[in-house]
Amino acid sequence: MSVDILEIKGLTKRFGGLAAVNDVSFSVREGGISGLIGPNGAGKTTIFNLITGVYKVTSGEVAFAGKRIENLEPYKIADLGVTRTFQNIRLFKNLSVFDNVLTACHMSAKYTIPEAILRLPRFRREEKLLADKARGLLEIMGLADRMDVQANNLPYGLQRRLEIVRALALDPKLLLLDEPAAGMNPDETEQLMRLIMDIRDRFTLSVLVIEHHMDLVMGICEHIVVLNFGQKLAEGTPDEVSVDPKVMEAYLGSSGGTAC
Amino acid sequence: MDMTYIQGILMLAGINLIAVLGLCLLTGFTGLFSFGHAGFMAIGAYIGALMTVPPSTMPGSIGGLGLPFIFGILAGGAAAGIVSWFIGRITLNLKGDYFCIATLGFGEATRLILNNVQTFGGARGWPGVPQYSTVLTVFVVDVIAVLFLANLVKSRHGRNMIAVREEELAAQIAGVDVFRYKMIALIVSAVYAGVAGVLFGHYMTFIQPKMFSMTKSTELTIIVIFGGLGSISGSVLGALVLTALPELLRAFDIWRLVFYGAAVIVIMISRPKGLMGGMELSPAGIRKIRAERRARLALKEEAAREAASGGRS
Ligand SMILES: Nc1ncnc2c1ncn2[C@@H]1O[C@H](COP(=O)(O)OP(=O)(O)OP(=O)(O)O)[C@@H](O)[C@H]1O
Ligand SMILES: [Mg+2]
Repeated sequence: MSVDILEIKGLTKRFGGLAAVNDVSFSVREGGISGLIGPNGAGKTTIFNLITGVYKVTSGEVAFAGKRIENLEPYKIADLGVTRTFQNIRLFKNLSVFDNVLTACHMSAKYTIPEAILRLPRFRREEKLLADKARGLLEIMGLADRMDVQANNLPYGLQRRLEIVRALALDPKLLLLDEPAAGMNPDETEQLMRLIMDIRDRFTLSVLVIEHHMDLVMGICEHIVVLNFGQKLAEGTPDEVSVDPKVMEAYLGSSGGTAC
Repeated sequence: MDMTYIQGILMLAGINLIAVLGLCLLTGFTGLFSFGHAGFMAIGAYIGALMTVPPSTMPGSIGGLGLPFIFGILAGGAAAGIVSWFIGRITLNLKGDYFCIATLGFGEATRLILNNVQTFGGARGWPGVPQYSTVLTVFVVDVIAVLFLANLVKSRHGRNMIAVREEELAAQIAGVDVFRYKMIALIVSAVYAGVAGVLFGHYMTFIQPKMFSMTKSTELTIIVIFGGLGSISGSVLGALVLTALPELLRAFDIWRLVFYGAAVIVIMISRPKGLMGGMELSPAGIRKIRAERRARLALKEEAAREAASGGRS
C-alpha cells in the first residue's frame, strides 16, 4: 500500500495563446523519489511554479496530502510543507551561508515582534533553538566549515547544495528540486545522487526532481513522468520509460534533449 | 560657534535620525524606496501639535488639546502609522518602482492638503507650538529608536524583511508572507517618521506644510543610502554628517549646496555601498566582518590548493 502525497489532475497553464502545461495529471508517492523530465521548454519548471503557488493555474487541481493547494499564496503552501529549489539559483546572495539557513528556519519559532523588540525570554530561547537548528543542518549537509562565507562567494556546486539546505530548514514533507545537477561534473552529480537519497531517508520526505542528467534520473527515481510540449507523454518506472518509443522519439526529435 | 548653535545642529540631526532609522528599515533592510516620508513627518507634526497646543483663547489662533508632550509623541506616531497602513493596502501590491512613485504622490498630496486646510493655518503655517523638544527628549527617543530597530532586525522578523530585499521569490518559497513584512516595515518606518515630525514641530515651535516637501523626503532617503543600505550605524553616521554638513558649510553661502552635493557624490563614488556598506559598528557586527573575511580567505586558499593539486596530477 502506498499513499500519494501530491496529486495533480488536469493541470493546465496558459500564457496568452501558449499552453505551457496542458491537461497534465500525475501523482507523487509519499516517501518516494519521482522524476519529471522532458526536453527544454516542455513545461517542467512551470509545473513547479504551479505547485508552489508562484503561478495561478488556468485550470486543474493540485492536492497536497489530500488538501487542495492550487492558487494558494506561496508562503501558505510553504507552511503546509512544500518547498523547492530554483533552476537559476536564488539564494539570499549578500547574506552568509549561516544566515541563509537561519532565515529559512523562521517557522520553527513563534515569538512576536514586541517580544523581539524587548528581547523577552521567549525571543532569546527560540533564537538559540533556531541557531542550533541552522548549525545542525549545515553540519549534516557538509557546509559547516563555510558558515561565514557570503552566499554568492560559494563555488557553484555548493550554492546549489545551500539552496537544498535552505529548503530543508522549513521541515518540508515534499521537496521539489529543479535541475539540482545543472552545471555539475559527473563526480559532483554522483555525490548529489547520494545526497538526495540520504535526505529522503533522514528527513522522511518525498522528492520530485526535474533533471536533464539521465544517469541521475534513472539512478534514483522510482517513478518518472515525461513531458513534451506541455503534455504528459509517458510515465512509469525508469525501465518502462526508457524503452517507450514515444519518449525516445521526443528526445531524438528535439535537439539537445538528452543534455550531457 | 556658540553652544546653542551646536546644540541646535545636534537636535536637528537627532530628529532627522529618528526618521532616517525608520527609512533604514524600509529601504535598507526591506528594499523598498520611498520619496514621501516627509508626508508621515507632517502627519506626526500636525497631530502632535494638535495634542499639545493649548486650547484657543483668542479668535484667530489655532487651538489644540493642551495635553502633555508624551501624548503628542504617541498620537503623532500612531496617526502616521495608521495612515501608512492605508497607503500600504493600496500600494504594496504594486511592483517596485510603482511603490516608489506612489509614496512620492502621497507625500505631495499630504503637503497640498495641509496647504489648503485652513483649520491648521494652511500655507501660512501653525505658530505657537510649545517648545517641548529638548536635547534630552531627542536623545532618549534616539536611543530607544536605535535599540528597538537593532533588536528587530536581529530577530526572525527582521531576517524575513532582509530576505524580501535579497530575493523576494525565494523569501515567499521559504514561507515569508512578503506583503505582511513589507507592511510591517512600512508601518514602523511611518511611526518613526511621525515621531520625528512631532519632535521637529516642538523644536521649531512653528510648523508649515512646505517644511515637509519632497526635498525633505529625498534628503532622508539620501542619508540612508549615504550611510549604507542595511546598516543602522551607517544611518546614525549619515544623519549626523549630512545634517551637520550643510550647517557647517553655511559660511560658503550660496555655494553651500554645491559643496554638499559634491561631498555626497565623492563619498558615493569612493564607497558605492555607502559609508558602512551593510556592516555594523557593534561587537557582533565586527565579529561578523572578521568571520566573513576569514571565511573568504579560507575559500581562496582552498581554491588555490585545488588548482595546484589539479595541475600536478
Ligand atoms: N512567465 C511566463 N510567461 C510566458 N511564457 C512562459 C512563462 N514561463 C514559462 N513560459 C513558457 O512556457 C514554456 C515552458 O517553460 P518551462 O520553463 O516550464 O520549461 P522547462 O520544461 O522547465 O524547460 P527547461 O528544461 O529549459 O528548464 C516555455 O515555452 C516558456 O517560454
Ligand atoms: Mg525549467
